[in-house]
This record gives sequence, C-alpha cells and structure tokens, in this order.
Amino acid sequence: MNKTINQKGWLFVLPVVVLVAFNAIIPLMTVVNYSVQETFGDNTFFWSGVGWFEQVLHSPRFHAALGRQLMFTGIILAIEIPLGVIIALAMPRKGIWVSVCLVLMALPLLIPWNVVGAMWNIFALPDIGLLGRSLNAIGWDYNFTRHPSDAWFTLIAMDVWHWTSLVVLLAYAGLVSIPDAYYQAAKIDGASPWAIFRYIQLPKMKRVLTIAVLLRFMDSFNIYTEPFVLTGGGPGNSTTLLSIDLVKVALGQFDLGPAAAMSLIYFLIILLLSWIFYTLMMRNEEQ
Amino acid sequence: MNRSSRLIPLIYIIFLMAPIYWLLNMSFKTTNEILGSFSLWPQNFTLENYEKIFTDPTWYMGYVNSLAYVSINTVLSVAVALPAAYAFSRYRFVGDKHLFFWLLTNRMAPAAVFALPFFQLYSAVGLFDTYLAVALAHTLFNIPLAVWILEGFMSGVPKELDETAYIDGHSFPSFFFKIFLPTIAAGVGVAMFFCFMFSWVELLLAKTLTAVEAKPIAATMTRTASTAGYELGLLAAAGTLTIVPGAFVIYFVRNYIAKGFALGRV
Repeated sequence: MNKTINQKGWLFVLPVVVLVAFNAIIPLMTVVNYSVQETFGDNTFFWSGVGWFEQVLHSPRFHAALGRQLMFTGIILAIEIPLGVIIALAMPRKGIWVSVCLVLMALPLLIPWNVVGAMWNIFALPDIGLLGRSLNAIGWDYNFTRHPSDAWFTLIAMDVWHWTSLVVLLAYAGLVSIPDAYYQAAKIDGASPWAIFRYIQLPKMKRVLTIAVLLRFMDSFNIYTEPFVLTGGGPGNSTTLLSIDLVKVALGQFDLGPAAAMSLIYFLIILLLSWIFYTLMMRNEEQ
Repeated sequence: MNRSSRLIPLIYIIFLMAPIYWLLNMSFKTTNEILGSFSLWPQNFTLENYEKIFTDPTWYMGYVNSLAYVSINTVLSVAVALPAAYAFSRYRFVGDKHLFFWLLTNRMAPAAVFALPFFQLYSAVGLFDTYLAVALAHTLFNIPLAVWILEGFMSGVPKELDETAYIDGHSFPSFFFKIFLPTIAAGVGVAMFFCFMFSWVELLLAKTLTAVEAKPIAATMTRTASTAGYELGLLAAAGTLTIVPGAFVIYFVRNYIAKGFALGRV
C-alpha cells in the first residue's frame, strides 16, 4: 500500500511512545547506571567503567549459561517448527472438528507459566507423576531431579507441549488462506503431494512461519518461570538458562553491577539476532 | 486425506491433554492420597481442595486480582495501540520504521532484566502493590504486540475506504469509530485475546510488583510450597482453576483464532 507522508502520524503514536518509554527507558537507564558503578551495599556508588562488562564477558559461568541457552533455543526451534507444520498439514479444514482442535490446541498457551512448570513437575515426578511412573515402568531409570539428561528431556518436552500449538495455529492460518483453485490446478497438472507442499503451501506459510520463528526465538531466550518451577536450574547447574542465572546473580547474591552488565549483554544478543530475523522478514515482504 | 495423517492431530491432542488430566486428577484427591498411592483416577473423590479456595479470601482474591489487572492491561494496551497502528498502516512519517522496530524490541526484553528496576520505579511513583502497576508494566510487551497485530489487520483494509468516507462528509473521529473500527473488529478481538493471554500467563513482573493487595493467583499458589510442606491437592486445584478463564476466552474467539494468529495479512 502506498502511504502518504504525514507527520501527523507522530500525534497518533504519541500515547504508545509515552507509555512504552516510561516502562522501557527509565528501567533500562537504571540498569545501565548499575552496570558502570560499584557499590558496597550502603547506597553509595562509585564509577567503575566497563569493568563489569569485562568480568561478565570473560566469566566461564556466563559462557556456560549462554551455551545452554543457545542449545535450548536451537533444540526447541528444531522440534517445534517442523512438528507444528506437520500437525497443521494434517488438521481438518472444515467441519466441527476444526473448532474442537483449535480450542484444545490453544489451551496450553493460556495457562500461567508457573502453573505449566508446576503441572509438569507433578506430571514427571518418578513416584507420583504419570509420565515419570510410566517411563520407569518401561525400564528407563528416569528421574529428572537427579539426572541432568532427564532434566533436559523434561524441559524440552515441556516447551514442546507448551508452544508447538502456537506454530500449529500460525501455520494453519497460512494454509487456510490458500484458495481451492490452487489445489485444483495442481491436481490437473498431476503434482505430487511433495510438489504441492514445496511450491504452494510452503511459500504461503513463509510469512507466518517467520513470525513463528521470531516469536519462539524471543520467548525461548527469555524463558524463566517454567524451568525455574520445574527444575530450579538443577540438578547442579545443568538447566540453568540465562534468565535463571541472571536472577540468581541479581536477587540471590545482590550483585547489582555484574547482574546489570549481564542484563545488557543478554538484551543486546537478543536484539542483534532479532534484528537479523526482522530485516530478513521485511525484505521478504517487500519482494 | 489418508487415514494415518488424521491420527497426527489426535495423538498431539492426547499429548497435550495428558498433563492437564493429571493436574485435574490430583485436584480431586487429598494430599495424603497423592503421596500415599498411585492411581489413574481419584479413589476417594473429594472437593475439599476447591472448597478451600472458594471460601478462603486469601485464595479467591488472587483470581480477582489477576483478572483485574489483566482487564485493565487489555483495555489500555488496545486503546492506545489503535491510533498508533492506524498511523503505521496509513502514514509515512519521520522515523516510522525505526519507531516500529524500537517498539518490537520491548517485546524482546527479558522480564528478568526489568524485574528489579521496575520494582524501584513503581515504588518511587507510589504505585507498588496496585492493579495499575502490573497493568502498566505489562503494557511493555503487550502494546508492541497489539500495534503489530492491529497494523496487520488495518493494512489489509484498502485505503479507498478512508477516502470514500471523507468524500461522504465524515470527520476523522466519525470515520474511525463508525466505519473503520467495525471493519477491523476481528483484529481488535484478536489483539485483545493476545493481550489477555500474555498478561494472564506472566508471573515474574506481576509477582515483583505486588505484595498483598494486588497479588496474582499464580503468586498465591507458590505459598503452598512454603507453609505446610507441599499441599499438592490444593496446588493442583488452584492450577486447574487458572486454566478456566483461558478456556473461556479461547472458546469465544475460536473462529478468529486461525485468522488472528496470522496477524491479519497472510
């Protein structure tokens, strides 16, 4: 759509800018403030320059948390995106089952995040949980509070459970927007199911899938409550993702300087990666 | 479509329902039964967990508090996002693209980063432990999302609609409220759904910004862990009840969900 140049636009966005700026800029400046100062806990602060940033960037603990975070985000994207597309392709297009499927599938999205964590905790406990009990019954020595690999398995299963539906609903929305005529044309041409997927369905889903990847990337990088309630970052530090580590430093040890520096580095990483996604997405749209 | 692919959604839904069923199952058991025996359904069916929640104000007020700040947030976010989204979809102005991306960056900000500064900010302005504090804090991620969704829907409406309305003698407010808003009603519904959803499920900020008066239900739940050991039955019942409002909301928007998740333009 060709837009008219009209500076009145600023008037329309003013309320949004004021509200978001109040919430974003003041707290962000507080964080910046802490990140360049040193305190001994009596509310007196000293300038310390970029010392905290250097400390965080060289800390093995931060590297480990970042590594776990990247692994977590990578794994869940690799599972949720293809799985979501497969489920969306297999969903009915008409009839009452559409509503039933959509309502049931959207349900996990509206459960408070700590309830998701608590629910999976009691679901997976080896003594009283359905999942834990079943896995042990088939001979797997499963205990997510003791074995790091089981903790990871549970964490990923929980995230797949929680968020795959978002990908399904997005992909489904892309699919139902394809006119029937496209399929009829493909049928006349004798196109294989794979060709239909590759040349009709996938291009139509491209935009919604970019949104899905962007949202899942941002949210999985920010994940805090669910793993905190499920495993508390344990056993040991094996599931301590970035947010959990950050809260441990900031509120647990009350090291405001390093926590603030870590926050900024963390935020910049998300910003950089999201900017890349966003630019690619906008370029696709302009074509 | 062949039979085997029909099974995929079915298997997926069973996978989704299993943990929810387990929560429901536990909510009808006493904590002793949960810890003492393992059964696929309650042996001594009890409603005492629910009874406790509905009779104890420290419990049920949690739901009232959560619903209060979620409603304020939803109305506020969508109300301010509407004109902004209109501007983004119709006008070009200095810095519009940068502004749009800046708004989106706030959707990316980890809540953990903002928890402590938010606490200090809202304490300083005297809003700590009020519905408004949580509602305002949640606009940080809900306004950008609402603007994004509404902008998508508005861009799908041809500009000729605006022009015809002006020729017919409508003023801008009369056009906006009488013609434009009804046209994008589905978009408004979807934006409200998303705002409700993200405000309802968020806990970290809601918990940080409240103490007693505005404490959300999800935070009330965490106390079952600290007082008398784990009161698992009570925890399960409270958890089950947090699913109910979400289920209601989904039911009402079910016909818009598929379209709305595509954010208007596919």
